[in-house]
Amino acid sequence: MTTSASILIIVFAPLLAAIIAGLGNRKLGNMPAKVITTGGLFLSCALSWPIFLQFLGGEVPATVVPVLKWVQSGAMSFDWVLRVDTLTAIMLVVITSVSALVHLYSWGYMSDDPDQPRFFAYLSLFTFAMLMLVTANNLVQMFFGWEGVGLASYLLIGFWFQKPSAGAAAIKAFVVNRVGDLGFMLGIFGTFLVFQTTSIPEILAAAPSMAGSTITFLGLRWDTMTILCLLLFVGAMGKSAQLGLHTWLPDAMEGPTPVSALIHAATMVTAGVFMVCRLSPMFEAAPAALTVVTIVGGATCFFAATIGTTQWDIKRVIAYSTCSQLGYMFFAAGVGAYGAAMFHLFTHAFFKALLFLGAGSVIHAMHHEQDMRYYGGLRKHIPITFYAMLAGTLAITGLGVYHLGAGFAGFWSKDAILEAAYASGTSAGNAAFWLGTAAALLTSFYSWRLMFLTFWGKPRWIESEHIQHSVHKTPEQAGADTTGGYHPHESPWVMLTPLVVLSVGAVLAGQVFHTQFIDTEAFWNGAIAYNEHLIHAMHGVPTLVKYAAFIVMVLGFIAAWYAYIRKPSVPAAVVQQLGPIYRFVYRKWMFDELYNYVFVKPAFWLGRLFWKAGDEGTINRFGPDGAAWLVMRGSGLAARVQSGYLTSYALIMLLGLVAAITWVLF
Amino acid sequence: MGGFPILSAMLLVPLVGAIACLFSEAKTARVIALVATLIDLALGIVLWMNFDVGGAQWQFTERAALFAGFDYALGIDGIALMLIMLSVFLMPVCIGASWTSITKRVGEYMAAFLLMEVLMIGVFMAQDILLFYIFFEASLIPMYLIIGIWGGDNRIYASYKFFLYTLLGSVVMLIAMLWMVMEAGTTSIPELMVYDFPPQAQTWLWLAFFASFAVKMPMWPVHTWLPDAHVQAPTAGSVILAGVMLKLGGYGMIRFSLPMFPEASAQFMWLVLGLSMVAVVVTSLIALVQHDMKKLIAYSSVAHMGIVTAGLFAFNTQGLEGAMVMMLSHGLVSGALFLCVGVIYDRLHTREISRYGGLAINMPAYATIFLFFTMASIGLPGTSGFVAEFLSLAGVYQISSWAAFVCTTGIILGAAYMLYLYRRVAFGAQVNEDAAAMPDLSTREYLLLVPIAAAALWMGVYPESFLAPMRQDIAVLDARVSRAAPQGDAHFKMGTGVSAEEAHAEGEAH
Repeated sequence: MTTSASILIIVFAPLLAAIIAGLGNRKLGNMPAKVITTGGLFLSCALSWPIFLQFLGGEVPATVVPVLKWVQSGAMSFDWVLRVDTLTAIMLVVITSVSALVHLYSWGYMSDDPDQPRFFAYLSLFTFAMLMLVTANNLVQMFFGWEGVGLASYLLIGFWFQKPSAGAAAIKAFVVNRVGDLGFMLGIFGTFLVFQTTSIPEILAAAPSMAGSTITFLGLRWDTMTILCLLLFVGAMGKSAQLGLHTWLPDAMEGPTPVSALIHAATMVTAGVFMVCRLSPMFEAAPAALTVVTIVGGATCFFAATIGTTQWDIKRVIAYSTCSQLGYMFFAAGVGAYGAAMFHLFTHAFFKALLFLGAGSVIHAMHHEQDMRYYGGLRKHIPITFYAMLAGTLAITGLGVYHLGAGFAGFWSKDAILEAAYASGTSAGNAAFWLGTAAALLTSFYSWRLMFLTFWGKPRWIESEHIQHSVHKTPEQAGADTTGGYHPHESPWVMLTPLVVLSVGAVLAGQVFHTQFIDTEAFWNGAIAYNEHLIHAMHGVPTLVKYAAFIVMVLGFIAAWYAYIRKPSVPAAVVQQLGPIYRFVYRKWMFDELYNYVFVKPAFWLGRLFWKAGDEGTINRFGPDGAAWLVMRGSGLAARVQSGYLTSYALIMLLGLVAAITWVLF
Repeated sequence: MGGFPILSAMLLVPLVGAIACLFSEAKTARVIALVATLIDLALGIVLWMNFDVGGAQWQFTERAALFAGFDYALGIDGIALMLIMLSVFLMPVCIGASWTSITKRVGEYMAAFLLMEVLMIGVFMAQDILLFYIFFEASLIPMYLIIGIWGGDNRIYASYKFFLYTLLGSVVMLIAMLWMVMEAGTTSIPELMVYDFPPQAQTWLWLAFFASFAVKMPMWPVHTWLPDAHVQAPTAGSVILAGVMLKLGGYGMIRFSLPMFPEASAQFMWLVLGLSMVAVVVTSLIALVQHDMKKLIAYSSVAHMGIVTAGLFAFNTQGLEGAMVMMLSHGLVSGALFLCVGVIYDRLHTREISRYGGLAINMPAYATIFLFFTMASIGLPGTSGFVAEFLSLAGVYQISSWAAFVCTTGIILGAAYMLYLYRRVAFGAQVNEDAAAMPDLSTREYLLLVPIAAAALWMGVYPESFLAPMRQDIAVLDARVSRAAPQGDAHFKMGTGVSAEEAHAEGEAH
């Protein structure tokens, strides 16, 4: 089969499956819907890997597959086109592999749900939109995919729509993303104005020549590339939940856990990083914008990690962890190490999907309880889930030794990012290095905190309401038996298989692919801006820098072990000591409260003001109602006015016409 | 097409149907109305198939001198064709929507609708300025009747307000038209479109026309008749009001204001852009706090029309084409949204949003279709709303980044109020027993909604079908206004030699 045909099938098989499962819905039945969607995804996945492997060989040119004309309006023209180069090929395997595994996992996780066809249709629809995003040849199709994944995310967060919190989280995700989209759209408009095209290859080719040009935006004079890149980056910040536009991501955990793994960890949230890498030649022409990207990335990776250390909900810990890891990817791109950013995106997809699916397996075992305070001692009860989560934890904390040349996935990608930040030599890069190192310490701490609270220690299950419901006992009735007689059960094989496959990825993905991603310009073949200088400098950083991540990782582990295994009284004491600081961090730096007071409440208040005081109190009062009052006062008979109007109106028209014709004639 | 007067035929069919309905009882009247509108739809399709894209500007022209230089002159260009298609497409839907919900004076009701079809498509066909005026103003009468007779509890107030607003504008427009006929010595719209009025006169003429078109659009602050009219109108009345009547103002601007008074249009560009910006932000915020479904969608219409006016006065191809697509898209989507409201109104007889909730449980098909139109309304790519919004705003950006920025905030606010509506109606638990007992869509309702959804999807995925017939006419208009077109605020300047030197220095460092 030709590559073009493969690409068409890869992208459209999930769409077709989504349409069949979605329209067929309950009439189609659970099993056919599951088979069609999962089958479609495995087909896409099977076709994606050969393409990726082909690119591994290096110097493979991009394949462009035109599909359909889209819009042609004056000089503006964009079509439905699929384009696959190295960057896209990486995304193809990430998306289709994780999606296929998540589909399979959902057979088990969602087996009790009455709405399974709808769920699988949404998952496949999401995958299609994500594939459209990464295969885009022009900015508008990228925006199509961008909004398409937003829609799927909205639908899946709100999948259990009867829960009020799910509906609220779904709206929040969509609207906050739209704030980012405002930037993205203005960025596209500006790019079109400057380049007279929306085609990405053409824009990238012309970008270097635009350096130094200036443009007016909102009355201010800007460096052209800086303002365009900043606007586009606002879009990336929304989708990738960066500081300021991150508030939707933790709430998005209202969706079923497989959704969190696929959309809110492995694929959709990385779209912003993908966009910056895709447009890297543009960003390279805008150093000031890159500085902003670096600072935002560095700040996010640290800020989100601090919150991750305080949360009790297992999924929220992982959500903040995702937010933090995305920060790493952004500052890697910000210092010009796009290869490292994409590499971390790649490895992160495996280990973070693994952690989420592992968490799902724990939640499944614990009768839908998500609070880690009510876990404990689960190691022996769900061993396969435990080992999978362990692999994920070792990967995210970045276990590996530089001089042995061996390590888990996160070791390779995260260290490359920290080294690149240090090697870049800029003050922003330097700040990002320190923030990233601090965040690595926190990452190790919260990851091991999660592991220790969940799998070690004594069971604390009976405190959980979910468990109480299951065993029909109160903590008093259970007495000394803190398990309450509950028996956690290991998940079925359909859920464990994806865990095992992803574990392999979490262990090996870094080891196997780091040479291509980091050091091989031929592999990228112009798909990203490749900075040879920086790579050289990266390899020459001091040994201490190379070991920085390792050292803080060990420190984080020891701290977590001391606080949650050795002396479990420590956390409470620390919380007591920190007081307000702890509460500030625990309440997520008060962003939700702030936004509520600054945006949400004023919007409703203004809406009411414009409605009651504006439309009704002013316009109507002095306009039509005032006129009516005058008329009625004049005639005194409302009924006569109303019934008489039509005839008088027709009469006026007729008279007017007669007058008109007379005027013209004579 | 030979010599067959297809445009006259399209006017005649509903007219004959209307007369027949007047003298028929309920059942027969429904069938007559449906058949007449379907024949008109079929004629419309024939018209579109035979329209020569890229051919003469004015096609299917008919002319018969009446008296005093006043002609019965019909003819269409691509812009008119698309709006005629929109009208004939929505009319059978309106008849279908009234099938069971209208029970009193059915014959007259159907006659009013058919008469309105005649007058609305007459507006788009008219090539004589006085004929245009007659169609334009007379189309209010059946609408006025539909609201005033078959409307809700407060229908008298609503129809009175509707009438008062529109009356004010039309009088001054008539005077302006007469002055133009005197000045140019012709009543032919195509001739007037290429006549150069002196710039001083243009100012007053433009304002006179604007008074009428701004009310019809409606633009802020003369929009307050719309929410009341929608709330009180029966479902089909709302559909046609939002679907076609709101487009008369935009059509007027594209047919009169811009080509006939280019200098004045440029002069008043900031007035229009300013009002559009206010409309987008203010009415979107108002939509956010509504608890009446129809009012919410009515306010969202004002916001969408703000995008249309902004696009029209961007003086470039993207803005004009975007505005046209927005008119078509909004016609389909908001029409469908009013139908969606009608579906549940017919079951529960209330427009209060809080009386619903959890409809996705007992009405899954309805929830899916409603979601589709919600997404189309907020401009999700792949639906018609996106193409419309994107092109208009891209056009506006080229003239003013401020205007584009303010109007683009509409994508955030639009998402907020529509999704908030959707959440309260379809999501959540079933709190009201009677709402929870409502049955899902009937076959008739499917037949009304699915074709509109298909059209909105078509316009989103392959808008070329709709853009192609209009392309040449927009280009002519663009060329016509270009002499007055203001310069954009971007003032893009290529870099000086500095960057080249830097690049060179970097090259040496290698």
